[in-house]
Amino acid sequence: MPETPRLWRFHGGLKLDARTERSTGRPITVLDPPGRLILPLSQHIGEPAEPVVAVGDRVLRGEPIARPSGMVGAKVHASSSGTVVEIGPHPVPHPSGLAAPCIVIETDGEDRAWEGYEPMTNYETLNAAALRARVRAAGVVGLGGATFPTAIKIGSVTGLKLLILNGAECEPYISCDDMLLRNRPAEVVAGAQVLLHVLEIGQCAIAIEENKAAAREALEAAIGRAGEARISVVTVPAVYPEGGEKQLIKVLTGEEVPADGVPPDIGFLCQNVGTAAAVARAVLYGEPLISRIVTVTGDGVAWPRNLEVRLGTPVADVVAACGGYTESAAHLLMGGAMMGLPLASDAVPVVKGTNCIVVASREEIRPRRPMLPCIRCGECSRICPAQLLPQQLYWHARAGELDRAQDYHLFDCIECGSCDVVCPSQIPLTQYFRYAKTEIWARERDRSRAEQARQRFEARRSRVDAEKEARRRRLDEKSKALEQTKDDAEARKAAVDEVLERVQARKHGDDQE
Amino acid sequence: MAAPPHLRPTTTVTRVMGDVLLALLPATVAWVWYFGPGVLFNMAVAAAVAVGCEAGCVALRGRDVRHQLADLSALVTAVLLAFCLPPLTPWWITATGAAFAIVFAKQLYGGLGFNPFNPAMAGYVVLLVSFPEELTRWLAPAGFDLAPATPGILDTLHVTVTGSLPEGLRWDALAGATPLDGLRTGLSQMRTVGEIRAAAPFGSLGGRGWEWISNWVAIGGCYLLWRRVIRWHIPVAMLLGLAVPATFWWLLDPGLHPPPTFHLFSGATMLCAFFIATDPVSAATSSVGRLVYGAGIGFLVFVIRSWGGYPDGVGFAVLLMNMAVPAIDQFTRPRTYGHAG
Repeated sequence: MPETPRLWRFHGGLKLDARTERSTGRPITVLDPPGRLILPLSQHIGEPAEPVVAVGDRVLRGEPIARPSGMVGAKVHASSSGTVVEIGPHPVPHPSGLAAPCIVIETDGEDRAWEGYEPMTNYETLNAAALRARVRAAGVVGLGGATFPTAIKIGSVTGLKLLILNGAECEPYISCDDMLLRNRPAEVVAGAQVLLHVLEIGQCAIAIEENKAAAREALEAAIGRAGEARISVVTVPAVYPEGGEKQLIKVLTGEEVPADGVPPDIGFLCQNVGTAAAVARAVLYGEPLISRIVTVTGDGVAWPRNLEVRLGTPVADVVAACGGYTESAAHLLMGGAMMGLPLASDAVPVVKGTNCIVVASREEIRPRRPMLPCIRCGECSRICPAQLLPQQLYWHARAGELDRAQDYHLFDCIECGSCDVVCPSQIPLTQYFRYAKTEIWARERDRSRAEQARQRFEARRSRVDAEKEARRRRLDEKSKALEQTKDDAEARKAAVDEVLERVQARKHGDDQE
Repeated sequence: MAAPPHLRPTTTVTRVMGDVLLALLPATVAWVWYFGPGVLFNMAVAAAVAVGCEAGCVALRGRDVRHQLADLSALVTAVLLAFCLPPLTPWWITATGAAFAIVFAKQLYGGLGFNPFNPAMAGYVVLLVSFPEELTRWLAPAGFDLAPATPGILDTLHVTVTGSLPEGLRWDALAGATPLDGLRTGLSQMRTVGEIRAAAPFGSLGGRGWEWISNWVAIGGCYLLWRRVIRWHIPVAMLLGLAVPATFWWLLDPGLHPPPTFHLFSGATMLCAFFIATDPVSAATSSVGRLVYGAGIGFLVFVIRSWGGYPDGVGFAVLLMNMAVPAIDQFTRPRTYGHAG
């Protein structure tokens, strides 16, 4: 056993009630594919994918149905076999509440597999590019919630010191990583091995919070079975938001990710444990990302538990599989208690980033109390994990002083919501910060648009001026030419007059003679 | 349904202010014990005027009166002001102070959260410079045979309402200098600190009775720390800011300067450290800023007591440091994660 490594602290943070006892009582249940799968084209950060199937096509489980349209993108695969019945807008889990393009598959119940990806059990003999291509082909994205395409995150980074697998699930209600580590630790270990090989790193730390003893035990046993000396488990204190990448890196290494940089800049790469398992399945079994583990919990659901759910399964089917709604069901959330997205309807599907579905009662999620003025108590800055001054940010955001808000590092806010929870004045601080960020983005868009308009205007003006100048020059030349001809005419006239004079003079002379 | 986060704050401004009032309860009992019920009358007058002024201003500004009064902040201002006034203060003086605190020092700046100065101290200082005689007419504490009589409820009420003593009572029979005032007078008569403090009104730490009120105030302050209504930075910095220079000058010349314990347990030191300087609205906000702010108040209190024109300097020290808060906040901004220092 290696000795306990030294840990650091990140600033602030909150001790929150984990609320995970109910959902961790039984092992992960595998949910059968539903009758209809709704697969959004945008389940990741980046450009939405482009469909490669048409309505009426028959597809198999794991068959690609949409391909990335840009550099930052991810494939989408059919989560079960069936027929494509529709490609069009559907309600999706998104803060805007708007519908977005989806591919809808009517499943045939046979769940026949597509055999397009060969298992790469010999991955150690393959080069990194081939493995990255597989991760990209399998549509793997960060499953901790950020949904950044994994192939890009592990692409072209060199000289790393440490791979960090994030099992520090700290947000109330969410237990999918905990259950993954308890029930399927070998997948996580295999994923870590693949990633170590791809990234050419010699060391991996898997961070688990101190209140997840069962997960730690299972993981250590799996590491022992794999005979793996490069991977160690690190127990970290349970403080929200420790699962934040920047906060976890600080706790494990004492180093901070530069504000305008990414973890590889300081030698670290961080992946969620679920992502590591997905990488292992993609590489070792040739399985694309078509399912994920989802925590379903809250007072409003009959049997809280963790399920392995096919992507595209409507939330309604997932809740039904957990015994349906109870009488106290009042709120529906996708995600945890701090950053979870409120859902207007349970028709939206489970997507790659869905780690948790909370059906909360009125007691679990209470309405906001009326807001009072800020009394500058400073509790928000005491707990801010980004070491910001939320009270100053709020002051400037409210006054519309967006430049000042940026001076106070508004864009370093990770929107963890901690400041809201300690505010005695009940100010929805995080909402103000989201609003201010959106305003700044809009202003920047406007500014670049205005800049474009200015450039267009100036281009037009110089074009018009040039044309005017050219016309003037042409006119000048013409009038000069005209002048010339006028001179000619006068000369001619003079010559004619001279001749006439001479003729007359001669005539006169003749008369005299 | 609201945007995230979905957990709600466990604390409210009302609970914060309520805790402050609760924490002053033991000290109030001690007050009444040593100086009679005067402080209660002062509190009643100040509270009525403060709440009335607050309600009037809020209504004039077209805000929801009940919602704004529910924060209890006007009541806290009133009680803190009353704590600083002598027990036999006529009601119009108390009312003037409370009205000034709420109308001028608080509501004209925009109400709760927007006042740059501590309202209670603004009101107190206005009274101190306007009514110097009444504001320095303190009683001798009861129970130590320091004065022939202590006024009872009816006598106190009489003075509060009319401003003059009832038949048969004389100021020179009731009055007693505060320990800080006594020390000041004694030093001006060329006596040494040791000689002055050997006299009957002085106890082991500060003045008899007074030191016990300070104790109870400090205990109330510890309750606030335990409840996390206040943080340790300002009280500790304020007490050190006073104790460190006090120790230095006391060691330098113990005949001219009282020991630091005397400073800590006399006058409004404890009230200031735990209840006045800790008013978050008019204090600095970052931890480092609060250390600077608290230390500044402590040091100014020492300077005013030692060389200024007033026996105690808490009001002026707090207002002066209030003025420095924007600068302190500007220079003590914490370093954001991922940014160079």
